[in-house]
Amino acid sequence: MWTIYKKEIRSFLSSLIAYVVMVVFLTAIGLFMWMIKGTTVFDLGVAGMDVLFQFAPLVFVFLVSAVTMKSFAEEKRLGTLETLTTHPVSDWGIIFGKFLAALSLLVFSLIPTLIYYFTIHRLGDPPGNLDTGATWGSYAGLILLGAAYVSIGLFSSVMTDNQIVALILSMSLCLAFYLLFGLAGEVEWMQGFDRSLEWFGLEFHYRSISRGVADTRDLMYFFSFVAVFLYLTKFKFSARKW
Amino acid sequence: MKALYLSVRAFLFSGFQFGKDLFSKPYHACIFAHCLMAISVENLSKRYGEQWAVKELSFSAGSGEIVGFLGPNGAGKSTTMKIITGYLAADGGSVEVCGLNPENQGMEVRRRIGYLPEHNPLYLDMYVREYLAFAGGLSGLRGNHLSNRVDEMIDITGLSLECHKHIAALSKGYRQRVGLAQALIHDPEVLILDEPTSGLDPNQVLDIRQLIIALGKEKTVMLSTHIMQEVEAICDRVVIINKGQKVADDRLENLRSKSAGTQTVRIQFAAPVQEAFFRQLGEDVQLNHLGDNRWRLSSTDPNLRQRASQFALKHNLEVLELAAERNSLEEIFQTLTRRVDDI
Repeated sequence: MWTIYKKEIRSFLSSLIAYVVMVVFLTAIGLFMWMIKGTTVFDLGVAGMDVLFQFAPLVFVFLVSAVTMKSFAEEKRLGTLETLTTHPVSDWGIIFGKFLAALSLLVFSLIPTLIYYFTIHRLGDPPGNLDTGATWGSYAGLILLGAAYVSIGLFSSVMTDNQIVALILSMSLCLAFYLLFGLAGEVEWMQGFDRSLEWFGLEFHYRSISRGVADTRDLMYFFSFVAVFLYLTKFKFSARKW
Repeated sequence: MKALYLSVRAFLFSGFQFGKDLFSKPYHACIFAHCLMAISVENLSKRYGEQWAVKELSFSAGSGEIVGFLGPNGAGKSTTMKIITGYLAADGGSVEVCGLNPENQGMEVRRRIGYLPEHNPLYLDMYVREYLAFAGGLSGLRGNHLSNRVDEMIDITGLSLECHKHIAALSKGYRQRVGLAQALIHDPEVLILDEPTSGLDPNQVLDIRQLIIALGKEKTVMLSTHIMQEVEAICDRVVIINKGQKVADDRLENLRSKSAGTQTVRIQFAAPVQEAFFRQLGEDVQLNHLGDNRWRLSSTDPNLRQRASQFALKHNLEVLELAAERNSLEEIFQTLTRRVDDI
């Protein structure tokens, strides 16, 4: 598994994907937080990182899909899956290796945003007037959300041998799971179920963790979500033999 | 811990197999000499949709043998090899590699097999050394041992000058060497090579063949090809298949002598000879004028060569060349694979 992990990380770093993805992510978040009128920290007038945590889930959709789209699709197209799977490494080993590699890249691209934390920490009036618990909770939520997106991305990639199809499928699924359930709750004739519908979506649990409360129900939701998609990935991946 | 568990499981399972097979086919899974039969395939069938890619194919390869797997395009060679490596599952029949089943003992089989797939897929964005280290890592090699093996493989396959290049920058021949090195790095007992020399220039073909011959001294090698000379140059034994079914399985010499029903003799005279006159040689002899006073004679008579020389002496014809043509494997192959077509 670690051999796969190392190889994936090196292939991220030796191709442009990792750099492009991180530059785009950090630029977008930076613009929203400090530059674009109406969304900046100064406009909100609150010493908090809400801007980051509001936009990051949406930017992550593109980022994760771009990172994971080639993980299986490319190997199938090149035929390297044949060499890979005839070596003594289990299917789970391959899937976990790829999963952890993509997740590491996400975590790594979040590290520079810690600068914002210290900046805003100083900007507060009085300095240090920042909801620390909520901030760390949001980071944790973002990583869990990233893990959920990565599992969706891997599943999309294993479904096809075309990277573009994988990208589009992954983006649609991520957006659907993040937004659709919340939006569906707002449809008039669904009003009765809005809470329960919302509960199925990623956004509900992400927001819940963002408040800085580590509720085991939310954690369980994310873990199960990742488990289900990784299991589906494994299922499709092992079905290659039939 | 996991390795221990796996080896115990493999041991128990092989013991179980031993007991099970003791009565039916005792030669198969002898627990003390696991690798007597490195590869054994029995009644193997595989279907793609309606079409049978492989149908009731049986053959085996003993340890230390180089077996050529021959057949026209689309005969089912690659499919069979993919099933042996465990990449595909069979629809019927059984496969054993060193007494292990690729389907339920996949990991054990994969540890013993080095596989070069048909189009030699490689990660083009990796460096040669990096890729070999990756392949070795997948096979469980670590640390110093891994880097020693990588150096050794680069040495054996003659990649020393290219080992710091991107795989994308290598020519086809060198990529093929990388593919071979990748298959060899964990020192497997069995090598499965799917068309190892296709698309290489003549010098590269010779290099790769020499490498395979050298490897075949210690390992079981099964290589597929549709080039007959390759089999003649490398293999001890040949299995010929056509349309998923076996049409021949024998040592090369036997195959030659078996189908050597007809003798072919090439003869060249110094001066022109009339065909009608030459006919006196006998009714059973087929004459074929190749031009430039060259003739090809063929007959079922094993003494055709003597008869031709006596005929020339008797009529005072000056002979420049007289040679028996070996019944080449190419012809054998053609007769065998055509025959099935006709049925």
